[in-house]
Amino acid sequence: MRRQIPLFITFFVGTLLILSVFIPPMETLGEDFTLFFDIIAVFAFFLGGGNLVRVHITKLIKRKPDWGFSVVTLVGFAFVLIVGLFKIGNPGDIASSVTAEGSWFQESFNYILNPLQSTMYALLAFFVASASYRAFRAKNREATILLVAAFVILLGRTPFGMALTSWIPESLSIFQIPNLAIWIMNSPNLAGQRAIMIGIGLGVVSMSLRLILGIERTYLGDDRA
Amino acid sequence: MEHFAIWVAAFLTMGIISFLYKDNAWYKLSEAIFVGISAGYWFVTLFWDNIYGKFWVGRGDDAMLYIGAFLGLLMLMRLVPKVGWISRWPLAFIVGATAGFYLINYFSSNVMRQVEDTIMPLLGTDYSATTYDMIGNIVIAVGTFSGLVYFFFSKEHKGVFGGTAKVGIFFLMITFGASFGYTVMSRMSLLIGRLDFLFGDWLGMIK
Repeated sequence: MRRQIPLFITFFVGTLLILSVFIPPMETLGEDFTLFFDIIAVFAFFLGGGNLVRVHITKLIKRKPDWGFSVVTLVGFAFVLIVGLFKIGNPGDIASSVTAEGSWFQESFNYILNPLQSTMYALLAFFVASASYRAFRAKNREATILLVAAFVILLGRTPFGMALTSWIPESLSIFQIPNLAIWIMNSPNLAGQRAIMIGIGLGVVSMSLRLILGIERTYLGDDRA
Repeated sequence: MEHFAIWVAAFLTMGIISFLYKDNAWYKLSEAIFVGISAGYWFVTLFWDNIYGKFWVGRGDDAMLYIGAFLGLLMLMRLVPKVGWISRWPLAFIVGATAGFYLINYFSSNVMRQVEDTIMPLLGTDYSATTYDMIGNIVIAVGTFSGLVYFFFSKEHKGVFGGTAKVGIFFLMITFGASFGYTVMSRMSLLIGRLDFLFGDWLGMIK
């Protein structure tokens, strides 16, 4: 029964949502289920937050290597939680939005989370540069095509690309690097993207069918759970 | 206050950048702050939007909300080892609903819609296509078809089929190259944004 009931729920809910597309009175079912998702997501986050605290407290108690950073994580988590849930440092009264400009919660986003997040992503520029050093070697025909396409797109998005080919007459403007970059993005790139998208679409459809029909059961985990 | 906040942001920004030298304590400190603050941020946002916003401010009398809350509570059963298996029920609900939702939507948007947009009238729907458009449409149709042939692994890639798959690889390489170039540019713009913050907002060297 521990496996049968979840399998039935998956089958029932999945089938119901598919039918709802074809039966007009059931059209709002998708919206209701989205509402369930949002609420379940909060409880899942309770679980995730609780797990984060448990992992770091265990690390702290057992004095594992770098346990000091676990203290920082816990303090940061508790700080935002207290400031956000009790609206501490909020301009106006308790009824004002937690994300109001000037609130401690919003300021922690603006001056801590946002810089950290963008710098993390910006750091990838260096790793991409190092990866391109390895990838940008025309070892064979396929790699050469990749190299040329990437190079044209990179140059096409910079003023340098424009300056480099501005001498080409208007009648042959397609060969100017910015125009060539646009053509690559709109034609051959789009073709490849479409092939990938159709492949993904068919894959998702077959995986959804496997889940609804109970062929794919790995999400249930093992029976010890 | 704002001055202090800018210094904090600069300290954390440089902490993350310091990873380029090597994994160090400054980076780990910034990373630990990032994990703690972001977990707390999403926790609080979800609480105000979905619990407070829907149960208190919104339509708290809607029975549907309580079904969602009940499923959410079942999810927490995972914390009690003896009845942990009950947490599979909301999980099964999410998996089933996602499967049903995606089956229709992906088939519609990723398959049918893409096929429809690929098989275009050569001269355009109102015969207004230019040579440039026609070449573009042919390239898209040939590229999509050959790309799909490449992804078909149930038949050995030999002969005409193999040749078509080879053409498909060329199109896919252009796609990967274009995506690569695009990713580099977007990361670069983020990096420029951070450098602008450091040299402009923090050090005041850029006016």
